Order: sequence, then C-alpha cells, then structure tokens
Amino acid sequence: MNTRRLTEFALLGATAVEAAVFAAIAPAFFTIANALNIALAIAVTGILAVGMTAVILTGGIDLSVGSVVALAGVCAALVAGKSTLIAIVVALLIGVATGALNGTLIAFFKVPAFVTTLAMLTIARGLAFIISSGRSIGNLPDSFGALGRSSLAGIPTPVIVMAVVMFAGAFVLNRTVFGRHVYATGGNPDAAWLAGIDTRRVTWLVYALNGLLVGLAGVTLASRLGAGVPNSGLQYELDVIAAVVVGGTSLTGGRGTIGGTASGAIFIGVLTNGLNLANIDPYVQKIALGVVIVGAVVADQLSRRRG
Amino acid sequence: MQLDARSITKRYPGVVALDGVDLTLAGGEVHAIAGENGAGKSTLMGVLSGSVRPDAGTLTIDGVAAGFASPRDARERGVRMIHQELSLVPELTVAENIFLGVEPARSGVVDRAGQRIRTEEVLARLRQTHLDPDARVASLPLAARQMTEIARAVAQRASLLIMDEPTAILSRAEIDALFAVIDELRAAGTAIAYITHRLDEIERVADRVTVLRDGRVIESRARDAFPRDDIVRAMVGRELASGYPAAKSAPGNVVLRLSNVSAGPVHDVSLTLRSGEIVGVVGLAGSGRTELAHAMYGHARLVSGTMSLDEKPFQPRRPRDAIAAGIGLLPEDRKGQGLILSAAVRVNASLASLGGIVVDRERERAAVSTWRDALGIRTPSIEQPVRLLSGGNQQKVVLARWMLTHSRILLFDEPTRGIDVGAKAEIYALMRELTAKGAAILMISSDLGEALEMSDRIVVMRNQTVTHQLSSAEATQERVARLILGEAA
Repeated sequence: MNTRRLTEFALLGATAVEAAVFAAIAPAFFTIANALNIALAIAVTGILAVGMTAVILTGGIDLSVGSVVALAGVCAALVAGKSTLIAIVVALLIGVATGALNGTLIAFFKVPAFVTTLAMLTIARGLAFIISSGRSIGNLPDSFGALGRSSLAGIPTPVIVMAVVMFAGAFVLNRTVFGRHVYATGGNPDAAWLAGIDTRRVTWLVYALNGLLVGLAGVTLASRLGAGVPNSGLQYELDVIAAVVVGGTSLTGGRGTIGGTASGAIFIGVLTNGLNLANIDPYVQKIALGVVIVGAVVADQLSRRRG
Repeated sequence: MQLDARSITKRYPGVVALDGVDLTLAGGEVHAIAGENGAGKSTLMGVLSGSVRPDAGTLTIDGVAAGFASPRDARERGVRMIHQELSLVPELTVAENIFLGVEPARSGVVDRAGQRIRTEEVLARLRQTHLDPDARVASLPLAARQMTEIARAVAQRASLLIMDEPTAILSRAEIDALFAVIDELRAAGTAIAYITHRLDEIERVADRVTVLRDGRVIESRARDAFPRDDIVRAMVGRELASGYPAAKSAPGNVVLRLSNVSAGPVHDVSLTLRSGEIVGVVGLAGSGRTELAHAMYGHARLVSGTMSLDEKPFQPRRPRDAIAAGIGLLPEDRKGQGLILSAAVRVNASLASLGGIVVDRERERAAVSTWRDALGIRTPSIEQPVRLLSGGNQQKVVLARWMLTHSRILLFDEPTRGIDVGAKAEIYALMRELTAKGAAILMISSDLGEALEMSDRIVVMRNQTVTHQLSSAEATQERVARLILGEAA
C-alpha cells in the first residue's frame, strides 16, 4: 500500500517539477486552456489505460487495443447515419466481442496473451481496412461529433468520459470482490484457484471489460476526428502500456493501481505537450519519452528495493 | 578452513534481525544452527554467504578479514549455500549444472568428455554413482536434484557448505543418503552449517549446536553436552510440554465418504472422515497423499468411484465447489499455492470468504483482526505484506482463511513443515480445538511422530492408493514405518 502511494506521489511531484520547467520556458504552457489541451490529448489513451491496467494486473497484456479502436471507430461511423446511439452501441459491441475472443483464447485455451492479442492486432486492423474499403468514412451527422467535440461547463466531453472511466475503474479494482480477485489472479494464480477463485472466469471478464473500454475509446476518437479512420489508433498500445508502466504497475501482475496509471498518463501528457510548446524536435521528443519510461521504472524498482 | 563471525549486527526497518552474533564454523565439523522462525537464522546465513550485508561486525576466514560483497564473492572464497529452493537449471544435464559457470574448456569450447569424467569423480566421492551425469535435471526427483546441487558445491571446491533445511523435501531413505554424504564431507574436512528445526536431525548429524533467538546467540555447545530438552528450552525461552495436546476427541457422524475413488494418479481409495476426528495420512513422498486431498477438494478430476458429503452425493468440480461445501485446504507448498506473497495479511486471510459485489472493508478488517488475535498471528499490522511474515505466521494466515469461511472439513497437507516449535504447538492446539467443536481434519504428514500423536486414525498410502488403515492403538511407530515402506508388519 505504502509503496504504491509512494509511486503516485513521486509521479505527481515529478509532474509538478516538469510543469514548472515548461512554464518557465514556454509562456503558453501555464494556462487553463493548455491544461485542457493536455487533458484532451490524453483522453483516449487514458480510457484505454484503465482497461490495460486491469489486464496487466492479471499478468497479461493487450497489444490489440490500437487496431480495435480503429475497427470500432469505422463500424460506428458506418452506422452513424442511423443514430448516434446505435453507433455507440455498435462500437461497444465490437470492443466487447474482440475482448471476449481474446479472453476466451487466453483464459480457456491457454494461448499466451502476447500471441493472442498480437494476432488480434493484425486481424482487427485488416478488418477495419476491409470494412471501410481503405478510406475514411466521413460526412457524419453533427450529433455523432458531440461525444468527441462538445464540452460541458468548459470541459471537453472526452475528458469527462475519461474521468468517469478512471473513477469507475478505481472503484471496481479497489472496492469490489471482483477487483480483489483480479489482484489475486495476477499475484498468484495457483493460490487464487485453490482459494476458490475462478481464475479463468476472472481473466476472461477482464479482457471482455477491457474490450468494452476499447470500444468506448474507438467511438470517442472517431467522433473527435469526425470520421471512421481505418489507420487511426496506430501504436496506441505502446502509449497505453507506457502510461500503465510509468504509473508503477508491474508487468508480472498483481501490483498496480488506477491512481498510478492516471498519474503516468498525466506525466507523459504534460511531457509531450511541454516539449511541443518548447519547440523541441519531435524526433528528440521520442527519445525523451523512451528515457522517461525506463527512468520511471528504474526509480520505482530502486524505491521498492530499499523498502 | 575456519570462518569466524564476530559481533554481526543487521537491522531492518522495525526489527533487529541480528544483534551482535558470534559464530565459528570449523573444517570437519557439522554445526547445527537452531532457532524458531524469525530467530535470525536465515539472515545470519545470508551474511555468511554474501547475500546480506551486515550493518556491523566482522567476518574472517583463517584469520584474514573477509567482508563478502556478493554471493559470487563468497563462492570464490569457498563458501557455498545450498538453498531450500534449489538453484539448478532444469533443462541442463547433471554434469552441465555441476560445472555451470566453471565449464572445463579448451579455447572457449566446452570439453564435454572432461566434464563428464570429472562429474563421475565427484559423484563417486559422494557415493552417488547411480546418478547419470547426462540426465536432464528436470527429469530427476527432488532428492537427486539436491544431490546434484551438493555435488556442484563439492566440484567447485567449497570448503564451507551452508545447508538450509535440506531434509524438508526428502523422504526417509533420501535423508539417510544425505546424512551419509554429510559424513563424507565432514571426513574430508569441509565445514558445514546446518540449519534445521528438527531435533532428531541435530542429534544425528551435529557436532556442535548454536541456538539463536531474537537475533542473539542464546547458547552454543558441543552436541554431546547439549541435551534435547535444553535445546528446546533455549529455542523457545520457556519450558514446553511434549508439544502435543493430550485429549483426543470422540468421533461423530461420517461427514465425508470416499468409495472406490480414483482421481488423478490415485486409485481405488475407500475412506471415511468423521466429524470430531483427525485422520493422519502417511506415506512416502509421491505415494499419492497430496493427490488424495486434491480429489476431495475438487482439484483432481474424479475418474471413477463416488464421494458423499453428509451421506449425500458430492462431486466437487473445482476448489470453489469444495469450499462452498465447507472444505478448506492448507496446501503443502505454502508460498506457491497457499499465499499471494505480495498481498497484505488482510487480503490473504479474507480471500475465500468475500461475498457480494462490494467488499465491506470495515467488516473485513474486523473479522481478520479477530482471527489474527485468536490465532496469535505475529505481524505489526494486518496490512503487512504476507511475504514479510515468518513461516509459522504465514501458515496461520492460511488457517485464518478457513476459519473465516467456517470450514468444517479441513485438509492439512504438511501443516507444520518448516515451522518452529512454538508455532507447531499452537497449530496442534488449534487442531484439537477445531475437532472438539465438531470439525473433521485430514492431516497429511511426513513427521511420523506428529502423525501418530495427533491422529485418531492412521491411513497408510503406498503406490497411489491406501494400503492400510489403523486405529491409534494399533499404530505404533515401528509398525507404521514398516507399512509405509511396504514391508510386512
């Protein structure tokens, strides 16, 4: 408990330092408008990171999220003409279906999560291109754009969606029996099974629920883009895993929190935004991000060894 | 060689693990280090083998200062630890493991023939000629793996061997073989530090006994001058009765009945378990004891035969079903199968009894705290990660789990393995208390004394089936020992 909190506090502290530096370099950085920019920029990855945290807590991984985001977005755009509600439902269903399929292979057929979701990554991307004939599906009704472009009391809707998902995710993992079973399954699957936890069902449910969030992220992104874009969401899996890992979640399972993941996403969001405003070369930004990911995990390991 | 440790002190946050410990390990001497869990034995051995850095104190080898920077450093000076969890590479052969890291080579190419010959020499020295140098370690039984580990230490010219409870996973015959090897090593002038809880073993192998308690050396004497009672008193700091509570209870109705059950490797077992009784299951390692318990627990698939619970058909398809029926399992491998080591005491204890959708934390805390007090689980807080507890306290956390589910049939698989004397006595007392309240206990034990003292009936297993069932009056130590080995009684 203490070390987890430590990670979150350390990250928030680091974010504050980061923000102070950027505020000094770039005057445009320290404004409310820019803060909302950052929040909007991390909204889709933030939603995905909640599901990914649960997946990684079970000791798994999901590499397919970026492709399924595109697939769900394309399918939603296809039916957006009928009604926005139907579009949202279709995106969620696509997400749940792919997640449940991943979960079935991983939990019941014991196919390694890395392999299963790597396959889903290419399959979902292929489907997205086939369904859209390789083109963006645009000209969507205005109401479809509301999810991604409207705002409530000045706060962009995707940011609100992300916040709700994060609170819900934290509640499920922290407070519910299911959440406890997720940690137990990742911490020691054999012991969990012998304590009466149906670890296969827990694993399956985590992938299915993660799929639901992927569908939600997909329709949110399509709405923001105003189109179903088959090559959207490219390499999102890497951004999402980065946020989760920087947030202190262990890739071996059983350890991590949504609070940590949220801090990780914010930290990376602030970094990217600040480097942009400071006019740092985008290629150099990539290097900086890599260094930060490794640095955060090394710092986490060191603090754990001492504790 | 002679290794001298002087005034070794090691502090961890909140505890002094070692407090000015002096210890001398001499060549040709087997030095038993005894003490309850948490007494500081493991930390001390860590210091001696280079994996733990002391805060204060000195180490000298033959009078020369030797502060070890790492286990590798210690190994290079001839100090070698045989771990409880073995450190072999399963996919490599015996010979490859023995020379791992020090392969005989000519210009970078491993000299396989030379390696094989030297392996045979070492095995011959240890009188282990039946071990095939080309056998893959993964294919070997645990005892042979341990022997490989010892052979590696000998081949790499260890002059001080530290053995941490080496017999915990061995059968009786294997223990005899191990002791023969220890005698060989002693005769060859190797110094041996032997950590154990088992007093019988101290009497059998030790030349000298040092008892640790609370991080301090309580007493160190030649074994001949250190009677068993004195050792126990030094370990626990108080007088102990036999350790076994006296009263046996009156058995009630049959709660669990197995008729011609075959499950997993176990076949044709018929057995009853009554409320209020303790049934001891004895047999060699691999005789099917654990698998029998797993069949009752829904963890091994029933192939044929029937089970009934309270005389009603009972077919648990997974542990969850058995738990719902009031059965609890204390697994043999506490760390691997019993606990989520990274999680808190609270989480581990409540794992099987959480119902509903949202965890009621207040109730959870209260319930776990109640059992922490009732079972005497020594932990600074129920939020403490369970991996930081001693073995005995970890076992009590698993017990607390089944108290919280109100299990009335308990399957105890080696409940006191690797647990100190004091915690053992507490677990025995709890078993009696549970049976007095009508619980039924199936206890698998490799400790024959424990099985005979605690059980109302003894079930002997051999070759994956039950061969004999004896009342406690019929079950004498010698008779049961013969039955276990398959000799006529």
